[in-house]
Amino acid sequence: MDEILSLDHITFTYSPDEPNVKNAVEDVSFTVHEGEWIAIVGHNGSGKSTIARLMNGLLFPQQGTIKVMNEPLTEENLWEIRSQMGMVFQNPDNQFVGATVQDDVAFALENNGIPYKEMVKRVHEALQQVKMDQLLNHEPQHLSGGQKQRVAIAGALALKPRLLILDEATSMLDPQGRAEVLATVQALREETGLTVLSITHDLEEAILADRMLFMNGGEKFAEGTPSEIFALGDQLLDLGLDLPFAMKLTKLLKQDGVELQGEHMTEEELVNDLWTSNFKK
Amino acid sequence: MDIQLQKVSYAYAKGTPFEKRALFDVELAIPSGSYQAIIGHTGSGKSTILQHLNALLKPTEGALQIGDRTITAGKKAKDLKPVRQKVGIVFQFPEHQLFEETVLKDIIFGPMNFGVSEQEATKRAHKLIELVGLPHTILEKSPFDLSGGQMRRVAIAGVLAMEPEVIVLDEPTAGLDPRGRKEIMDLFLQLHKERNLTTILVTHSMEDAARYADRIAIMHEGKCVLTGSPEEIFGNAEKLATYRLEAPRIVRFQRELEAKIGRRLQTLCLTEEELARAITAAVREERAGQ
Repeated sequence: MDEILSLDHITFTYSPDEPNVKNAVEDVSFTVHEGEWIAIVGHNGSGKSTIARLMNGLLFPQQGTIKVMNEPLTEENLWEIRSQMGMVFQNPDNQFVGATVQDDVAFALENNGIPYKEMVKRVHEALQQVKMDQLLNHEPQHLSGGQKQRVAIAGALALKPRLLILDEATSMLDPQGRAEVLATVQALREETGLTVLSITHDLEEAILADRMLFMNGGEKFAEGTPSEIFALGDQLLDLGLDLPFAMKLTKLLKQDGVELQGEHMTEEELVNDLWTSNFKK
Repeated sequence: MDIQLQKVSYAYAKGTPFEKRALFDVELAIPSGSYQAIIGHTGSGKSTILQHLNALLKPTEGALQIGDRTITAGKKAKDLKPVRQKVGIVFQFPEHQLFEETVLKDIIFGPMNFGVSEQEATKRAHKLIELVGLPHTILEKSPFDLSGGQMRRVAIAGVLAMEPEVIVLDEPTAGLDPRGRKEIMDLFLQLHKERNLTTILVTHSMEDAARYADRIAIMHEGKCVLTGSPEEIFGNAEKLATYRLEAPRIVRFQRELEAKIGRRLQTLCLTEEELARAITAAVREERAGQ
Protein backbone atom coordinates (compact mmCIF):
# COMPACT_ATOMS: atom_id res chain seq x y z
CA MET A 1 0.00 0.00 0.00
CA ASP A 2 1.18 3.49 -0.84
CA GLU A 3 2.19 5.75 1.95
CA ILE A 4 0.02 8.88 2.01
CA LEU A 5 1.41 10.64 5.03
CA SER A 6 4.13 10.04 7.56
CA LEU A 7 5.25 11.89 10.66
CA ASP A 8 8.75 10.97 11.79
CA HIS A 9 9.75 11.98 15.34
CA ILE A 10 7.84 15.25 15.27
CA THR A 11 8.32 17.73 18.11
CA PHE A 12 6.62 21.11 18.20
CA THR A 13 6.25 23.92 20.71
CA TYR A 14 4.24 27.14 20.42
CA SER A 15 6.85 28.98 22.53
CA PRO A 16 10.34 27.93 21.35
CA ASP A 17 12.03 30.60 23.51
CA GLU A 18 10.64 29.28 26.76
CA PRO A 19 12.35 26.00 27.66
CA ASN A 20 10.07 25.47 30.66
CA VAL A 21 6.91 25.31 28.61
CA LYS A 22 5.91 21.77 27.71
CA ASN A 23 6.01 20.90 24.02
CA ALA A 24 2.58 20.78 22.40
CA VAL A 25 3.69 17.71 20.42
CA GLU A 26 6.52 15.51 21.66
CA ASP A 27 8.30 12.97 19.47
CA VAL A 28 5.26 11.72 17.58
CA SER A 29 5.63 9.26 14.70
CA PHE A 30 2.97 7.53 12.63
CA THR A 31 2.17 6.59 9.06
CA VAL A 32 -1.08 6.67 7.12
CA HIS A 33 -1.40 4.26 4.18
CA GLU A 34 -3.64 4.62 1.17
CA GLY A 35 -7.21 3.54 1.79
CA GLU A 36 -6.98 3.58 5.59
CA TRP A 37 -9.28 5.33 8.04
CA ILE A 38 -7.28 6.63 10.98
CA ALA A 39 -8.90 8.23 14.04
CA ILE A 40 -6.89 10.45 16.37
CA VAL A 41 -8.37 10.65 19.86
CA GLY A 42 -7.24 12.31 23.07
CA HIS A 43 -8.37 14.79 25.73
CA ASN A 44 -8.63 18.56 25.11
CA GLY A 45 -5.07 19.88 24.86
CA SER A 46 -3.54 16.50 24.03
CA GLY A 47 -2.03 17.79 20.77
CA LYS A 48 -4.62 16.51 18.27
CA SER A 49 -5.34 19.83 16.60
CA THR A 50 -1.67 20.82 16.58
CA ILE A 51 -0.97 17.63 14.64
CA ALA A 52 -3.66 18.56 12.12
CA ARG A 53 -2.05 21.97 11.63
CA LEU A 54 1.39 20.41 11.24
CA MET A 55 0.10 17.99 8.62
CA ASN A 56 -1.04 20.68 6.26
CA GLY A 57 1.77 23.10 6.92
CA LEU A 58 -0.05 25.73 8.95
CA LEU A 59 2.69 25.06 11.50
CA PHE A 60 6.19 23.64 11.02
CA PRO A 61 7.81 21.31 13.54
CA GLN A 62 11.03 22.23 15.38
CA GLN A 63 12.18 18.64 15.01
CA GLY A 64 11.35 15.74 12.72
CA THR A 65 10.10 15.34 9.19
CA ILE A 66 6.60 15.21 7.74
CA LYS A 67 6.24 13.49 4.40
CA VAL A 68 3.21 13.64 2.17
CA MET A 69 3.20 11.10 -0.67
CA ASN A 70 6.83 10.36 0.31
CA GLU A 71 7.82 13.95 -0.20
CA PRO A 72 9.07 16.06 2.72
CA LEU A 73 6.72 18.97 3.46
CA THR A 74 8.50 22.32 2.97
CA GLU A 75 7.43 25.92 2.56
CA GLU A 76 8.12 25.58 -1.18
CA ASN A 77 5.84 22.63 -1.93
CA LEU A 78 3.25 23.57 0.67
CA TRP A 79 0.57 24.77 -1.74
CA GLU A 80 0.84 21.77 -3.97
CA ILE A 81 0.70 19.43 -1.01
CA ARG A 82 -2.29 21.20 0.52
CA SER A 83 -4.23 20.57 -2.66
CA GLN A 84 -3.82 16.85 -1.95
CA MET A 85 -5.50 17.17 1.43
CA GLY A 86 -9.11 18.14 1.90
CA MET A 87 -10.04 19.42 5.31
CA VAL A 88 -13.43 19.73 7.02
CA PHE A 89 -13.60 21.71 10.25
CA GLN A 90 -15.80 21.70 13.32
CA ASN A 91 -18.28 24.51 12.78
CA PRO A 92 -20.53 24.11 9.72
CA ASP A 93 -21.34 27.83 9.74
CA ASN A 94 -17.73 28.98 9.56
CA GLN A 95 -16.79 27.24 6.35
CA PHE A 96 -19.60 28.05 3.96
CA VAL A 97 -18.32 30.67 1.52
CA GLY A 98 -20.63 30.34 -1.47
CA ALA A 99 -24.12 31.83 -1.86
CA THR A 100 -25.47 28.45 -2.97
CA VAL A 101 -24.46 24.84 -2.55
CA GLN A 102 -22.87 24.59 -5.99
CA ASP A 103 -21.06 27.93 -5.67
CA ASP A 104 -19.59 26.75 -2.42
CA VAL A 105 -18.23 23.56 -3.92
CA ALA A 106 -16.88 25.48 -6.94
CA PHE A 107 -15.03 28.00 -4.75
CA ALA A 108 -11.79 26.04 -4.33
CA LEU A 109 -11.87 24.92 -7.97
CA GLU A 110 -12.10 28.53 -9.15
CA ASN A 111 -9.20 29.42 -6.87
CA ASN A 112 -7.19 26.66 -8.46
CA GLY A 113 -7.95 27.82 -12.00
CA ILE A 114 -9.83 24.71 -13.09
CA PRO A 115 -11.41 25.24 -16.57
CA TYR A 116 -15.16 25.93 -16.51
CA LYS A 117 -16.32 22.70 -18.15
CA GLU A 118 -14.17 20.57 -15.89
CA MET A 119 -15.36 22.59 -12.89
CA VAL A 120 -19.04 21.98 -13.60
CA LYS A 121 -18.35 18.28 -14.01
CA ARG A 122 -16.43 18.04 -10.76
CA VAL A 123 -18.99 20.02 -8.76
CA HIS A 124 -21.75 17.70 -9.89
CA GLU A 125 -19.71 14.58 -9.23
CA ALA A 126 -18.67 15.70 -5.76
CA LEU A 127 -22.23 16.63 -4.79
CA GLN A 128 -23.47 13.29 -6.09
CA GLN A 129 -20.93 11.53 -3.90
CA VAL A 130 -22.32 13.17 -0.76
CA LYS A 131 -25.93 12.87 -2.04
CA MET A 132 -26.51 16.61 -2.15
CA ASP A 133 -26.96 16.87 -5.93
CA GLN A 134 -30.69 17.56 -5.54
CA LEU A 135 -29.96 20.79 -3.69
CA LEU A 136 -27.54 22.51 -6.08
CA ASN A 137 -29.06 25.96 -5.77
CA HIS A 138 -30.02 25.86 -2.12
CA GLU A 139 -28.76 28.61 0.13
CA PRO A 140 -26.73 27.69 3.19
CA GLN A 141 -29.27 29.03 5.68
CA HIS A 142 -31.79 26.48 4.43
CA LEU A 143 -29.52 23.53 5.10
CA SER A 144 -29.20 21.51 8.28
CA GLY A 145 -25.85 21.17 10.03
CA GLY A 146 -25.34 17.70 8.62
CA GLN A 147 -26.11 18.92 5.09
CA LYS A 148 -23.66 21.81 5.46
CA GLN A 149 -20.90 19.44 6.53
CA ARG A 150 -21.69 17.18 3.57
CA VAL A 151 -21.32 20.20 1.27
CA ALA A 152 -18.00 20.95 2.98
CA ILE A 153 -16.92 17.38 2.27
CA ALA A 154 -17.98 17.79 -1.38
CA GLY A 155 -15.90 20.99 -1.56
CA ALA A 156 -12.89 19.00 -0.40
CA LEU A 157 -13.63 16.07 -2.74
CA ALA A 158 -13.92 18.31 -5.81
CA LEU A 159 -10.19 18.92 -5.60
CA LYS A 160 -9.66 15.17 -5.79
CA PRO A 161 -7.56 14.93 -2.64
CA ARG A 162 -5.57 11.86 -1.64
CA LEU A 163 -6.48 12.38 2.00
CA LEU A 164 -9.60 13.74 3.70
CA ILE A 165 -9.03 15.22 7.16
CA LEU A 166 -12.06 15.65 9.44
CA ASP A 167 -11.17 17.90 12.37
CA GLU A 168 -14.01 17.27 14.84
CA ALA A 169 -16.32 17.62 11.86
CA THR A 170 -19.30 16.02 13.62
CA SER A 171 -18.96 17.54 17.08
CA MET A 172 -21.42 20.40 16.59
CA LEU A 173 -24.10 18.39 14.83
CA ASP A 174 -27.27 16.90 16.24
CA PRO A 175 -27.43 13.09 16.35
CA GLN A 176 -29.12 12.90 12.96
CA GLY A 177 -26.54 15.19 11.34
CA ARG A 178 -23.74 13.19 12.85
CA ALA A 179 -25.16 9.94 11.52
CA GLU A 180 -25.57 11.53 8.05
CA VAL A 181 -21.95 12.66 7.89
CA LEU A 182 -20.57 9.34 9.11
CA ALA A 183 -22.72 7.40 6.65
CA THR A 184 -21.40 9.68 3.89
CA VAL A 185 -17.79 9.00 4.86
CA GLN A 186 -18.40 5.27 5.06
CA ALA A 187 -20.07 5.22 1.64
CA LEU A 188 -17.22 7.24 0.11
CA ARG A 189 -14.71 4.79 1.44
CA GLU A 190 -16.61 1.85 0.03
CA GLU A 191 -17.02 3.47 -3.37
CA THR A 192 -13.68 5.21 -3.83
CA GLY A 193 -11.30 3.82 -1.20
CA LEU A 194 -10.67 7.36 0.05
CA THR A 195 -8.07 7.72 2.80
CA VAL A 196 -9.57 9.40 5.88
CA LEU A 197 -8.02 10.86 8.98
CA SER A 198 -10.50 11.96 11.62
CA ILE A 199 -9.77 13.86 14.79
CA THR A 200 -12.58 13.20 17.19
CA HIS A 201 -13.92 13.00 20.73
CA ASP A 202 -16.71 10.73 19.63
CA LEU A 203 -15.64 7.21 20.48
CA GLU A 204 -18.52 5.67 18.59
CA GLU A 205 -17.06 7.40 15.52
CA ALA A 206 -13.54 6.16 16.33
CA ILE A 207 -14.77 2.55 16.41
CA LEU A 208 -15.47 2.85 12.67
CA ALA A 209 -11.78 3.54 11.91
CA ASP A 210 -9.22 0.91 10.92
CA ARG A 211 -6.67 2.24 13.33
CA MET A 212 -6.62 4.68 16.25
CA LEU A 213 -3.92 6.97 17.60
CA PHE A 214 -4.40 7.86 21.21
CA MET A 215 -2.75 11.14 22.21
CA ASN A 216 -1.97 12.20 25.74
CA GLY A 217 -0.16 15.36 26.82
CA GLY A 218 1.41 15.88 23.38
CA GLU A 219 2.71 12.33 23.12
CA LYS A 220 1.41 9.32 21.28
CA PHE A 221 0.21 7.16 24.14
CA ALA A 222 -0.94 4.20 22.08
CA GLU A 223 -1.67 3.14 18.52
CA GLY A 224 -3.72 0.18 17.35
CA THR A 225 -7.02 -1.12 16.08
CA PRO A 226 -10.08 0.14 17.96
CA SER A 227 -10.35 -3.16 19.84
CA GLU A 228 -6.71 -2.92 20.90
CA ILE A 229 -7.12 0.67 22.06
CA PHE A 230 -10.38 0.09 23.92
CA ALA A 231 -8.83 -2.95 25.60
CA LEU A 232 -6.82 -0.39 27.59
CA GLY A 233 -10.00 0.02 29.63
CA ASP A 234 -9.57 2.17 32.74
CA GLN A 235 -6.41 3.79 31.38
CA LEU A 236 -8.61 5.52 28.83
CA LEU A 237 -10.81 6.90 31.57
CA ASP A 238 -7.78 8.14 33.53
CA LEU A 239 -6.57 10.00 30.47
CA GLY A 240 -9.81 11.89 29.91
CA LEU A 241 -11.54 9.62 27.43
CA ASP A 242 -14.42 7.26 27.88
CA LEU A 243 -15.34 3.79 26.75
CA PRO A 244 -17.91 3.13 24.04
CA PHE A 245 -21.36 2.43 25.45
CA ALA A 246 -21.31 -1.32 24.73
CA MET A 247 -17.99 -1.72 26.55
CA LYS A 248 -19.16 0.22 29.60
CA LEU A 249 -22.26 -1.90 29.83
CA THR A 250 -20.26 -5.11 29.34
CA LYS A 251 -18.05 -4.10 32.24
CA LEU A 252 -20.99 -3.33 34.55
CA LEU A 253 -22.74 -6.58 33.64
CA LYS A 254 -19.64 -8.65 34.34
CA GLN A 255 -19.31 -6.94 37.72
CA ASP A 256 -22.87 -8.00 38.48
CA GLY A 257 -22.00 -11.59 37.61
CA VAL A 258 -23.72 -11.79 34.22
CA GLU A 259 -22.06 -14.35 31.95
CA LEU A 260 -20.56 -12.96 28.77
CA GLN A 261 -18.15 -14.46 26.25
CA GLY A 262 -15.93 -11.45 25.63
CA GLU A 263 -15.51 -7.68 25.44
CA HIS A 264 -17.91 -5.98 23.04
CA MET A 265 -17.42 -2.73 21.20
CA THR A 266 -20.74 -2.66 19.39
CA GLU A 267 -24.25 -2.94 20.74
CA GLU A 268 -25.16 -5.63 18.25
CA GLU A 269 -22.40 -7.93 19.50
CA LEU A 270 -23.40 -7.38 23.10
CA VAL A 271 -27.11 -8.07 22.50
CA ASN A 272 -26.21 -11.28 20.68
CA ASP A 273 -23.84 -12.42 23.39
CA LEU A 274 -26.36 -11.64 26.14
CA TRP A 275 -28.92 -13.65 24.25
CA THR A 276 -26.78 -16.73 23.52
CA SER A 277 -25.06 -16.79 26.93
CA ASN A 278 -28.04 -16.10 29.16
CA PHE A 279 -31.45 -16.35 27.55
CA LYS A 280 -31.36 -18.93 24.78
CA LYS A 281 -32.60 -22.24 26.03
CA MET B 1 -38.30 31.03 40.22
CA ASP B 2 -41.25 29.85 38.13
CA ILE B 3 -41.13 30.50 34.44
CA GLN B 4 -44.20 30.28 32.26
CA LEU B 5 -44.66 30.72 28.56
CA GLN B 6 -48.29 31.47 27.70
CA LYS B 7 -49.11 31.09 24.03
CA VAL B 8 -45.81 32.65 23.09
CA SER B 9 -45.27 33.30 19.40
CA TYR B 10 -42.28 34.96 17.92
CA ALA B 11 -41.59 36.25 14.44
CA TYR B 12 -38.19 37.51 13.32
CA ALA B 13 -38.31 40.77 11.34
CA LYS B 14 -42.01 41.16 12.05
CA GLY B 15 -43.89 43.46 9.71
CA THR B 16 -41.31 43.27 6.94
CA PRO B 17 -41.32 41.12 3.78
CA PHE B 18 -38.67 38.98 5.50
CA GLU B 19 -40.90 38.11 8.45
CA LYS B 20 -40.26 34.58 9.61
CA ARG B 21 -42.24 32.89 12.35
CA ALA B 22 -40.00 30.90 14.68
CA LEU B 23 -42.39 30.09 17.54
CA PHE B 24 -46.09 29.23 17.43
CA ASP B 25 -48.27 29.39 20.57
CA VAL B 26 -45.69 27.82 22.85
CA GLU B 27 -47.08 26.76 26.22
CA LEU B 28 -44.46 25.68 28.71
CA ALA B 29 -44.41 25.87 32.50
CA ILE B 30 -41.09 25.43 34.25
CA PRO B 31 -41.63 25.18 38.01
CA SER B 32 -39.08 26.65 40.38
CA GLY B 33 -36.33 24.18 41.28
CA SER B 34 -36.87 21.84 38.35
CA TYR B 35 -34.24 20.65 35.90
CA GLN B 36 -35.88 21.11 32.51
CA ALA B 37 -34.36 19.86 29.27
CA ILE B 38 -35.51 21.30 25.95
CA ILE B 39 -34.72 19.04 23.02
CA GLY B 40 -35.47 19.20 19.33
CA HIS B 41 -34.07 18.94 15.87
CA THR B 42 -31.86 21.77 14.49
CA GLY B 43 -34.17 24.65 13.58
CA SER B 44 -36.99 23.53 15.88
CA GLY B 45 -37.05 26.82 17.82
CA LYS B 46 -34.94 25.81 20.84
CA SER B 47 -32.59 28.79 20.56
CA THR B 48 -35.44 31.26 20.03
CA ILE B 49 -37.07 30.08 23.27
CA LEU B 50 -33.75 30.33 25.06
CA GLN B 51 -33.41 33.98 24.15
CA HIS B 52 -36.85 34.69 25.57
CA LEU B 53 -35.91 33.32 28.96
CA ASN B 54 -34.11 36.50 29.98
CA ALA B 55 -35.96 38.81 27.63
CA LEU B 56 -33.28 39.14 24.95
CA LEU B 57 -36.24 38.51 22.68
CA LYS B 58 -39.79 39.48 23.61
CA PRO B 59 -42.81 37.54 22.40
CA THR B 60 -44.58 39.05 19.39
CA GLU B 61 -47.76 37.38 20.67
CA GLY B 62 -48.64 35.90 24.05
CA ALA B 63 -46.96 36.46 27.39
CA LEU B 64 -44.01 35.29 29.34
CA GLN B 65 -43.85 35.13 33.09
CA ILE B 66 -40.43 35.12 34.74
CA GLY B 67 -40.83 35.05 38.52
CA ASP B 68 -43.07 38.00 39.38
CA ARG B 69 -42.42 39.79 36.07
CA THR B 70 -44.77 39.41 33.16
CA ILE B 71 -43.64 40.36 29.69
CA THR B 72 -46.60 40.72 27.37
CA ALA B 73 -46.46 41.07 23.62
CA GLY B 74 -47.05 44.61 22.43
CA LYS B 75 -46.42 46.21 25.82
CA LYS B 76 -43.26 48.11 26.60
CA ALA B 77 -41.15 46.24 29.13
CA LYS B 78 -39.13 48.62 31.25
CA ASP B 79 -36.13 47.87 33.41
CA LEU B 80 -35.37 44.30 32.49
CA LYS B 81 -32.12 44.38 34.46
CA PRO B 82 -33.45 42.41 37.46
CA VAL B 83 -34.70 39.69 35.10
CA ARG B 84 -31.33 39.46 33.43
CA GLN B 85 -29.55 39.25 36.76
CA LYS B 86 -31.80 36.43 37.94
CA VAL B 87 -31.62 34.40 34.75
CA GLY B 88 -28.06 33.55 33.76
CA ILE B 89 -27.49 32.18 30.29
CA VAL B 90 -24.45 30.09 29.44
CA PHE B 91 -24.38 30.35 25.65
CA GLN B 92 -22.83 27.84 23.31
CA PHE B 93 -19.05 28.21 23.32
CA PRO B 94 -19.19 30.77 26.18
CA GLU B 95 -15.40 31.10 26.03
CA HIS B 96 -15.88 33.25 22.92
CA GLN B 97 -17.33 35.92 25.17
CA LEU B 98 -14.26 36.35 27.37
CA PHE B 99 -12.70 39.75 26.75
CA GLU B 100 -10.95 41.18 29.82
CA GLU B 101 -7.22 41.36 30.56
CA THR B 102 -7.37 38.95 33.46
CA VAL B 103 -9.64 36.13 34.51
CA LEU B 104 -10.55 38.04 37.69
CA LYS B 105 -11.65 41.14 35.77
CA ASP B 106 -13.69 38.98 33.44
CA ILE B 107 -15.55 37.25 36.26
CA ILE B 108 -16.32 40.45 38.20
CA PHE B 109 -17.50 42.34 35.11
CA GLY B 110 -21.02 40.91 35.24
CA PRO B 111 -21.80 41.38 38.94
CA MET B 112 -20.29 44.90 38.95
CA ASN B 113 -22.57 45.82 36.09
CA PHE B 114 -25.45 44.84 38.33
CA GLY B 115 -24.20 47.11 41.10
CA VAL B 116 -22.18 44.69 43.22
CA SER B 117 -19.09 46.29 44.83
CA GLU B 118 -15.68 45.36 43.50
CA GLN B 119 -14.74 43.87 46.85
CA GLU B 120 -17.80 41.64 46.99
CA ALA B 121 -17.43 40.62 43.32
CA THR B 122 -13.77 39.71 43.91
CA LYS B 123 -14.79 37.59 46.89
CA ARG B 124 -17.29 35.77 44.69
CA ALA B 125 -14.66 35.24 41.99
CA HIS B 126 -12.32 33.53 44.45
CA LYS B 127 -15.06 31.19 45.64
CA LEU B 128 -16.26 30.41 42.14
CA ILE B 129 -12.89 29.71 40.59
CA GLU B 130 -12.50 26.92 43.12
CA LEU B 131 -16.02 25.69 42.51
CA VAL B 132 -15.40 25.32 38.77
CA GLY B 133 -12.25 23.34 39.52
CA LEU B 134 -9.49 25.84 38.72
CA PRO B 135 -6.56 27.06 40.88
CA HIS B 136 -6.69 30.58 42.40
CA THR B 137 -3.48 31.54 40.54
CA ILE B 138 -5.45 31.50 37.31
CA LEU B 139 -7.33 34.66 38.37
CA GLU B 140 -4.31 36.81 37.49
CA LYS B 141 -3.76 35.20 34.08
CA SER B 142 -5.08 36.41 30.75
CA PRO B 143 -8.11 34.33 29.79
CA PHE B 144 -6.59 33.94 26.34
CA ASP B 145 -3.62 31.96 27.66
CA LEU B 146 -5.88 29.20 28.96
CA SER B 147 -6.87 25.95 27.32
CA GLY B 148 -10.33 25.62 25.78
CA GLY B 149 -11.66 23.63 28.74
CA GLN B 150 -10.30 26.16 31.26
CA MET B 151 -11.76 29.09 29.30
CA ARG B 152 -15.16 27.42 29.35
CA ARG B 153 -14.96 27.09 33.15
CA VAL B 154 -13.97 30.74 33.54
CA ALA B 155 -16.93 31.80 31.39
CA ILE B 156 -19.26 29.68 33.52
CA ALA B 157 -17.84 31.24 36.69
CA GLY B 158 -18.63 34.65 35.15
CA VAL B 159 -22.30 33.71 34.76
CA LEU B 160 -22.48 32.20 38.26
CA ALA B 161 -20.92 35.37 39.73
CA MET B 162 -24.22 37.17 39.11
CA GLU B 163 -25.81 34.66 41.49
CA PRO B 164 -28.71 33.83 39.19
CA GLU B 165 -31.71 31.86 40.40
CA VAL B 166 -32.26 30.35 37.00
CA ILE B 167 -29.46 29.04 34.85
CA VAL B 168 -29.98 28.38 31.15
CA LEU B 169 -27.46 26.13 29.41
CA ASP B 170 -27.15 26.08 25.63
CA GLU B 171 -25.20 22.97 24.60
CA PRO B 172 -22.75 23.53 27.46
CA THR B 173 -20.45 20.63 26.58
CA ALA B 174 -20.03 21.10 22.82
CA GLY B 175 -16.41 20.50 21.83
CA LEU B 176 -15.27 19.13 25.19
CA ASP B 177 -13.63 15.74 25.64
CA PRO B 178 -15.64 13.02 27.41
CA ARG B 179 -14.17 13.70 30.83
CA GLY B 180 -14.59 17.47 30.50
CA ARG B 181 -18.18 16.89 29.41
CA LYS B 182 -18.98 14.78 32.44
CA GLU B 183 -17.23 17.18 34.83
CA ILE B 184 -19.15 20.20 33.54
CA MET B 185 -22.51 18.40 33.59
CA ASP B 186 -21.86 17.07 37.10
CA LEU B 187 -20.90 20.59 38.20
CA PHE B 188 -24.22 21.98 36.96
CA LEU B 189 -26.11 19.19 38.69
CA GLN B 190 -24.30 19.90 41.94
CA LEU B 191 -25.07 23.63 41.66
CA HIS B 192 -28.65 22.83 40.79
CA LYS B 193 -29.06 20.86 44.00
CA GLU B 194 -26.94 22.95 46.39
CA ARG B 195 -28.25 26.34 45.34
CA ASN B 196 -31.75 25.17 44.61
CA LEU B 197 -31.53 26.59 41.10
CA THR B 198 -33.97 26.20 38.28
CA THR B 199 -31.90 24.72 35.48
CA ILE B 200 -32.86 24.73 31.82
CA LEU B 201 -30.74 22.64 29.48
CA VAL B 202 -31.05 23.13 25.73
CA THR B 203 -29.32 20.19 24.08
CA HIS B 204 -28.90 17.81 21.17
CA SER B 205 -27.71 15.13 23.53
CA MET B 206 -30.53 12.76 24.39
CA GLU B 207 -28.09 11.07 26.76
CA ASP B 208 -27.62 14.23 28.84
CA ALA B 209 -31.34 15.00 28.82
CA ALA B 210 -32.07 11.46 30.06
CA ARG B 211 -29.36 11.47 32.71
CA TYR B 212 -29.73 14.93 34.21
CA ALA B 213 -33.18 16.40 33.60
CA ASP B 214 -36.34 15.64 35.54
CA ARG B 215 -38.61 17.15 32.89
CA ILE B 216 -38.23 17.25 29.14
CA ALA B 217 -39.96 19.38 26.50
CA ILE B 218 -39.74 18.61 22.80
CA MET B 219 -39.73 21.45 20.30
CA HIS B 220 -40.72 20.73 16.72
CA GLU B 221 -41.22 23.26 13.92
CA GLY B 222 -41.60 26.12 16.37
CA LYS B 223 -44.11 24.39 18.59
CA CYS B 224 -43.74 22.76 21.97
CA VAL B 225 -45.21 19.39 21.02
CA LEU B 226 -44.58 17.19 24.03
CA THR B 227 -43.64 17.54 27.68
CA GLY B 228 -43.09 14.90 30.32
CA SER B 229 -40.66 12.98 32.48
CA PRO B 230 -37.63 11.41 30.75
CA GLU B 231 -39.32 7.99 31.05
CA GLU B 232 -42.50 9.27 29.39
CA ILE B 233 -40.62 11.06 26.62
CA PHE B 234 -38.09 8.37 25.78
CA GLY B 235 -40.43 5.42 26.28
CA ASN B 236 -42.23 6.19 23.05
CA ALA B 237 -39.84 5.66 20.15
CA GLU B 238 -42.48 6.04 17.42
CA LYS B 239 -43.53 9.43 18.69
CA LEU B 240 -39.94 10.59 18.97
CA ALA B 241 -39.31 9.54 15.40
CA THR B 242 -42.12 11.79 14.14
CA TYR B 243 -40.17 14.72 15.62
CA ARG B 244 -36.98 13.47 13.93
CA LEU B 245 -35.46 12.51 17.26
CA GLU B 246 -34.07 9.27 18.55
CA ALA B 247 -34.12 7.82 22.06
CA PRO B 248 -30.80 7.77 23.93
CA ARG B 249 -28.45 4.92 23.11
CA ILE B 250 -29.30 3.24 26.42
CA VAL B 251 -33.00 3.10 25.63
CA ARG B 252 -32.38 1.89 22.08
CA PHE B 253 -30.18 -0.87 23.44
CA GLN B 254 -32.81 -1.89 25.97
CA ARG B 255 -35.45 -2.10 23.23
CA GLU B 256 -33.20 -4.22 21.01
CA LEU B 257 -32.50 -6.61 23.83
CA GLU B 258 -36.19 -6.80 24.73
CA ALA B 259 -37.07 -7.63 21.14
CA LYS B 260 -34.49 -10.39 21.14
CA ILE B 261 -35.51 -12.02 24.43
CA GLY B 262 -39.20 -11.54 23.78
CA ARG B 263 -40.10 -9.67 26.95
CA ARG B 264 -39.80 -6.31 28.62
CA LEU B 265 -37.35 -5.43 31.39
CA GLN B 266 -38.93 -4.17 34.62
CA THR B 267 -38.39 -0.46 34.00
CA LEU B 268 -37.24 1.89 31.28
CA CYS B 269 -33.60 2.60 32.12
CA LEU B 270 -31.94 5.96 31.60
CA THR B 271 -28.41 5.33 32.86
CA GLU B 272 -25.93 2.54 32.21
CA GLU B 273 -26.01 1.55 35.89
CA GLU B 274 -29.81 1.18 35.90
CA LEU B 275 -29.71 -0.82 32.70
CA ALA B 276 -27.01 -3.17 34.02
CA ARG B 277 -29.10 -3.78 37.14
CA ALA B 278 -32.26 -4.44 35.14
CA ILE B 279 -30.49 -6.87 32.79
CA THR B 280 -28.88 -8.66 35.73
CA ALA B 281 -32.29 -9.06 37.35
CA ALA B 282 -33.71 -10.48 34.11
CA VAL B 283 -30.80 -12.92 33.81
CA ARG B 284 -31.37 -14.13 37.41
CA GLU B 285 -35.08 -14.67 36.74
CA GLU B 286 -34.20 -16.64 33.65
CA ARG B 287 -31.81 -18.85 35.60
CA ALA B 288 -34.35 -19.39 38.36
CA GLY B 289 -36.98 -20.33 35.81
CA GLN B 290 -34.87 -23.01 34.18
